[in-house]
Amino acid sequence: MAINVKVLARPVEEVSYVRATLKGMARTFKHLIDPHKETIQYPDQKKPISRRWRGTHRMLTTETGKAKCVACGLCPTVCPSNCIKLVPGEDEQGNRYPLVFEIDEFRCIFCGYCQEVCPEEAIHVGQHYENSEYSREGFVYDLERLTAQTHPVSEMWDPADPKGE
Amino acid sequence: MIASSAFAAVHVIPDPPLAWWPFIISTVVKMIVVFTVYMVGVAMLTLAERKISAWIQGRLGPNRVGGKLGLLQPAADGVKNIMKEETLPGHVNKPIFTLAPMLAFIPALMAAAVIPFGATWDSRWGRIPMVIADLPVGFLFILAITSLGVYGIVLAGWASNNKYALLGGLRSSAQMISYEIAMGMSLIPVLLLAGNVTLNEIVDQQANMYTWNVLTLTISFFIFMVAAFAETNRLPFDLPEAESELIAGYHTEYSAMKFSMFPISEYANMATSSALMATLFFGGWNIPFMTQDNSGGVGLLLVLLSILIFAVKTGFFIFVFIWIRWTLPRFRYDQLMSLGWKTMLPMALAYIVIIAATILALDYFGSTQPWLQRTSAWYGVVMLGVNMVLAFIVFFILDRGRIISPAYGRATPQQIARLRAVTAARSHLSPQSGD
Repeated sequence: MAINVKVLARPVEEVSYVRATLKGMARTFKHLIDPHKETIQYPDQKKPISRRWRGTHRMLTTETGKAKCVACGLCPTVCPSNCIKLVPGEDEQGNRYPLVFEIDEFRCIFCGYCQEVCPEEAIHVGQHYENSEYSREGFVYDLERLTAQTHPVSEMWDPADPKGE
Repeated sequence: MIASSAFAAVHVIPDPPLAWWPFIISTVVKMIVVFTVYMVGVAMLTLAERKISAWIQGRLGPNRVGGKLGLLQPAADGVKNIMKEETLPGHVNKPIFTLAPMLAFIPALMAAAVIPFGATWDSRWGRIPMVIADLPVGFLFILAITSLGVYGIVLAGWASNNKYALLGGLRSSAQMISYEIAMGMSLIPVLLLAGNVTLNEIVDQQANMYTWNVLTLTISFFIFMVAAFAETNRLPFDLPEAESELIAGYHTEYSAMKFSMFPISEYANMATSSALMATLFFGGWNIPFMTQDNSGGVGLLLVLLSILIFAVKTGFFIFVFIWIRWTLPRFRYDQLMSLGWKTMLPMALAYIVIIAATILALDYFGSTQPWLQRTSAWYGVVMLGVNMVLAFIVFFILDRGRIISPAYGRATPQQIARLRAVTAARSHLSPQSGD
């Protein structure tokens, strides 16, 4: 044999072609008549996703419908992929609010740090994954689009329930 | 003692010849019906293959077109293949490239013409045999025609001017030659037993002996089946189109309907081989546990019943073809060759000698003992006994503890001793792993 070719020792006493074939056929036949199939017919059926699934972002709002964000600037600071663009503004009462708040879903790595760091529980990652667009620009979600999302938000890791059960 | 006289008078009545016009009409009708059933059957086979493979792999398979079973999937595939662009690469040999799919396709269909698919119909215009061409040499015709199918594959590989396609064609021809011989040899015992090469006579012989040839000639059947897998280029012998090494083998350069001719011819070959197995080894159209249909000509109802029986048997073997495909992995090329030349051929030759000797001995005693004549059941019982012993030897003694030796030679005694030591050590470590 050539060098470095791994040759497996075969158990000669146990080798049998016909019986092994029949055994294999019995196994495949069992699978053939087994009514349980693994297929999930995707657009019609969906796999249940975890409650801690980190997907498309969502900005929560106050009762008045305004974004909870106070433009503190923590999330763009903590963001490892630098995908959050925040321009803070201030109104007459001295309340800070975001003038521009954009998340580039294409750059985002869905680590969920923005949700963890947010003091107002405003920005969240959500239990949602079907976000496809025709252009790269379409993936830049502005504040209006982030507040318009309706999917459930991701749950934070709980030390009392480390496996999320 | 079984009364052999009651059933011995078979085929002594010559068929009353048909007048020329019922002959032509019945032949044309049979041609159209067989062709249609064949083509529709082949189309449904592609669906069956996809469905069965899906079920075996725990999937659902095509279920979007035509109900849960995807019954219109073949139609959708056909439309797709016709609408697709027909590419003709610049480097191919155009006439041969165009000819090759036809050459693969035509022999696959032609073989179906001589396979009897039902009992002879005693119609009011005369006896109509349920076979398109009742050739006296039907059996030889099939062997000749099915081996022509390799030309399509070899020429496709050659004309493509592509190294993978050429390798596929080369493998196909080598494989075909290796297994053609074993296949022909495995059928000689059947011919010895029937004393005839007409397929209808072989069916009658099985009816008269009250056994199927698979019971009296198991090893022949076994060799024939393995050879049929190789002849139809089905897994585990699909080396001509081995995807993992040759892209798609001989049909790498083909597209659209030209490409689909190759799968169609493969499935048609499969159907023919299955029909042949049913005819030669499983009693063909003969209705089991009934003797009325053995008497030459029967009514329409029995004819239809016999066609149904034949279809069920053929369908079963087609299922086995698909089932094996999704069970066994592909053989390596040298294993394929050594299996064909070193195992199948010697086995077939030895089997011919043994069966010929048995038949000679039985005929010798049969000339003095009337209960042991060819048409009697005892003849079949003796053959069955001989066969049981041989099958036991092959499947329980010869099949054990052997490896189909690779190209670099048979395992030496030292190697076998080493492997035995490994096995012993392994069984010592985990006594439950003997599965």
